[in-house]
Amino acid sequence: MNSFSYSRPDNVNAAVSEISGQKQAKFIAGGTNLLDLMKENVEHPHHLIDINHLPPGFIDELPEGGLRLGALVTNADTAYHELVKKNYPLLSMAILAGASPQLRNMATNGGNLFQRTRCYYFYDTATPCNKREPGSGCGALTGYNRIHAILGTASSGDTPQCIATHPSDMCVALRALDAVVRVSGPNGERTVPIADFHRLPGDEPQRDNTIEPDELVTAIDLPQEHFNTHYTYLKLRDRASYAFALVSVAVALRLDEGGQIAEARIALGGVAHKPWRNPAAEALLTGKTAGETLFRQVAEQLLDGAQGYGNNTFKIELAKRAIVRALELAYAGSTQADDAYNQEDIL
Amino acid sequence: MSNYIGKPLSRVDGVAKVTGKAKYAAEFDAPDLAYGYVVSSTITKGRITHIDTSEALSLPGVLSVITHENRPKIAWLDMSYKDQDAPPGSPFRPLRDNKISYSGQPIALVVAETFELARYAASLIRVDYREAPHETNLDTNLHRARKPKSGLASLLKPPPPKPRGNFDEVYAASSAKVEGRYSHSPEHHNPMEMFASTVVYEKDDKLTIYDKTQGAQNSQLYVTQAFNMSFSDVRVISPFVGGAFGSGLRPQYQLFLAVMAARELKRSVRVTLTRQQMFTFGHRPATIQNIALGADSTGKINAIYHDAVGETSQFEDYTEIVPTWSPMIYPAENVTLDYKIVPLDVFTPLDMRAPGGVTGVPAIETAIDEMAYELGIDPLELRLINYSDRNMAEDKPFSSKELRECFRQGAERFGWAKRNPQPGSMRDGRNLIGWGMSTGMWDANQMPARAEAVLTVNGKLRVTSATADIGTGTYTIMTQIAADTLGMPIEDVMFKLGDSDMPLAPIEGGSWTAATVGSAVKVVCEELGKKLFKLAQKVPGSPLAKAKWEDVEFADKHIRLKQNPVAAVSLQQAVDQNGGAAVWQKSTSLPAMMKQKNYARAAHSAVFVEVMVDEDLGTIRVTRAVSAIAGGKILNPKTARSQIIGGMVWGISKALEEESVMDHSIGRFMNHSLAEYHVPVNADIHDLDVIFVEEHDEIVNPLGVKGLGEIGIVGMPAAIANAVFHATGKRIRELPITLDKIL
Repeated sequence: MNSFSYSRPDNVNAAVSEISGQKQAKFIAGGTNLLDLMKENVEHPHHLIDINHLPPGFIDELPEGGLRLGALVTNADTAYHELVKKNYPLLSMAILAGASPQLRNMATNGGNLFQRTRCYYFYDTATPCNKREPGSGCGALTGYNRIHAILGTASSGDTPQCIATHPSDMCVALRALDAVVRVSGPNGERTVPIADFHRLPGDEPQRDNTIEPDELVTAIDLPQEHFNTHYTYLKLRDRASYAFALVSVAVALRLDEGGQIAEARIALGGVAHKPWRNPAAEALLTGKTAGETLFRQVAEQLLDGAQGYGNNTFKIELAKRAIVRALELAYAGSTQADDAYNQEDIL
Repeated sequence: MSNYIGKPLSRVDGVAKVTGKAKYAAEFDAPDLAYGYVVSSTITKGRITHIDTSEALSLPGVLSVITHENRPKIAWLDMSYKDQDAPPGSPFRPLRDNKISYSGQPIALVVAETFELARYAASLIRVDYREAPHETNLDTNLHRARKPKSGLASLLKPPPPKPRGNFDEVYAASSAKVEGRYSHSPEHHNPMEMFASTVVYEKDDKLTIYDKTQGAQNSQLYVTQAFNMSFSDVRVISPFVGGAFGSGLRPQYQLFLAVMAARELKRSVRVTLTRQQMFTFGHRPATIQNIALGADSTGKINAIYHDAVGETSQFEDYTEIVPTWSPMIYPAENVTLDYKIVPLDVFTPLDMRAPGGVTGVPAIETAIDEMAYELGIDPLELRLINYSDRNMAEDKPFSSKELRECFRQGAERFGWAKRNPQPGSMRDGRNLIGWGMSTGMWDANQMPARAEAVLTVNGKLRVTSATADIGTGTYTIMTQIAADTLGMPIEDVMFKLGDSDMPLAPIEGGSWTAATVGSAVKVVCEELGKKLFKLAQKVPGSPLAKAKWEDVEFADKHIRLKQNPVAAVSLQQAVDQNGGAAVWQKSTSLPAMMKQKNYARAAHSAVFVEVMVDEDLGTIRVTRAVSAIAGGKILNPKTARSQIIGGMVWGISKALEEESVMDHSIGRFMNHSLAEYHVPVNADIHDLDVIFVEEHDEIVNPLGVKGLGEIGIVGMPAAIANAVFHATGKRIRELPITLDKIL
């Protein structure tokens, strides 16, 4: 860990103007990821701008419907918030499937969006990694890649430059819910749909997202459409808690009175550089009722183009089965009743 | 009198631990302490061609960077680096020269005024290497397997016995046969506490070293030899150890580096390893085993073939007892065993909880389950058909073996009789239910040890021995033994350990501490009791004046006549008779070799496990497990149960989660953090049930204890693998059984 200077602005404009004037400066909120990366010498900011003293932000209902989640609200406070539990239980479920209570108590909503990959090679400065050190190569591609991406890895060359995944659970639910991220920058405020927030690695794997270094996330808006009856977040991992997803599936369904699917959202975690959706696959469900064959067809469509790199090849079939199961659970509305995998954290 | 032995006493050190008063190696302070940070090699094999420390040294507060180029002179001979657990070979010497032998090898120590500064400075050191091709993959190097060299370690880890009978012929003629290849990945001990040494530089160049170790005297021996110092100048103290599991059986490199820096700077130095660096020394070796079993139609196993190939380093021949467990458990007449090692570009493997046992036993116990299905005989019944009161590896009777009773009580508690043997026949919704079982076994050894006991002038008892408590309960059970032997209340008894100045004790491993140090504590207290008895007889008007030693007992802080408890002299009166001085005794306890040598001595277990496997997703949960243990006399059912539960949890870990994964293209363990090196979390652990079966044994040692450190883990992996087969019909012979293997 390098030495760094530190400041503690008390308003958003000050924070943004401070970061605009500095190279190699970073915002820090909960610090649950950044501090680790600094200790591992992966991140070495020269200046940290502690945003914990900005106006804290709240969870508020929006006038036009929907819910605004303050960027500095912790993951724990969000997951256990009455309005989130009632209207966006998918989000609660996803947040509680991630990390540990201690981490969720520190981690903020804004920070969660900026979590960096858990790729072994990204974390180990003795190994090559195009994300950490552009041009050094991708150790995972031919190395140990159990937790790596199977979708969206293409670069302009013959081989992927990076097969890292985005590790967040919360973001997978946000993607299914079509959340919108509010950002402040030197040129004022802008909004970024969650679909455009994270990016695929392409030829610039060092960039996780489309946010500029001098921009600050201030809130996440959830649209009115909240899917609080037919939903699930199914996370498959190597132990029952405190492990990143091998594959996770967020499903949100709106059923019409006849039990037909009026709208379906399916987002996958653990499979790509960003939470993964495929509108064509979702469209297959519109106007249909539940059926294993249909669900399998949707799963096949969602995994269209998936590629394994050895240790992670099993994820392709695992993801398909997880999608089928998650759709069954969500359709039945039995998410918590007979869960596919004992998500004890939800208790 | 037995007021404490056999009672579920809470840990005597419990309050100190939960209130933070118990201090660990990196928590001891010293005036003017400097901090060392280790720089690790980024390549696996080759030479350092250039090492540039100038940028690091230019930082204010950086005191020194020690590398192979500027290190002080150290001992020349391999002998000087041999610790008590060193396998045959040439022990690793940190900073010896520019040669890199494995990934993560320490190549420099940065010493600075603060830990943070040392860590930052370490990141500024530039190293150029000339790389050489490496081999780290056991699977692709099996053709290089060879017999291990023998040495002192071979005494405790003998090679497998020679073949008996004629395996080939009998196997060929067997009516039922199974064959399989069993393997597991390397694993690292990963105790919670990272390795650390705080070396306090005292006047006259003496060192007081707070070290994380399972043997303070082992660390002392190592330091004195490697640095050519006298024993009186090196004192190693290690009162508390935050888990070790075998990793503390050998001095680790932070000790060497901290001592080197302290002597060089003439200043106190602490070196703490990072979690990542905890993956840069000994580990449980990857091992590949082949087993073939032949049985007749009644289920009697008459032919066993069991071979094993384990990895070792290029510099030491680490070995384990692996195939020998087969004839130790099953009395087949025709047995062929083989054990080999493959030297790879890794650090020397290191004993890790039930070394060899939790490698060999799960393989044979999985094969037995396969044989049960081959024969259509219940797995428990098959084990009873092949039950033996003799250890056929040594051809000796067991000193005691209540395994049959473990099977009976364990099966009853678990409800084994209700099992439908058909794989996939039991389910709960989408979950397939599987029931599996296994035998477990571990040695019951006793080593020589010494202890000292002092009855102070105010009537308190202090007993010491240089053993360790790695969280197992040593403090507590030794206090119980001492208190009962001298009939004292536990509040008046203090047991101390973990100091090289204390009476000699072996490294704390092999499940032998309760037997070894417990016997020494018993002996020294008995001999102190004799001194006290003599003093008591001299007390004016002593009712014991004419009594014989055989006539008295120690109870309620008194020495009294067994026949007439009113005729008593208090211990206080006895010590008062000693002219104002404490009464002191130092004793040695030796195993009764003549009594022991005709017997095989071991603890046994029967393990029953229920798993639930999601039929589509392959996720596995161990929902229930029962371990019935025959471990001799149980000194403290509470700490004993904790030991077994800990072993069972680790068994779940080994069976389902735990592996150190190496990227063989770069020869480096890649999941070197506790986020990615998976061990169970609370949510993975459900109902664990422990039964201690009554077992009486007068041969193992005077206390009749067998040690419980390892027996808890040994039977778990096969019971789980067998349960997974019962649930799914899939026989997974490669541990850990992760969900992708079930899909």
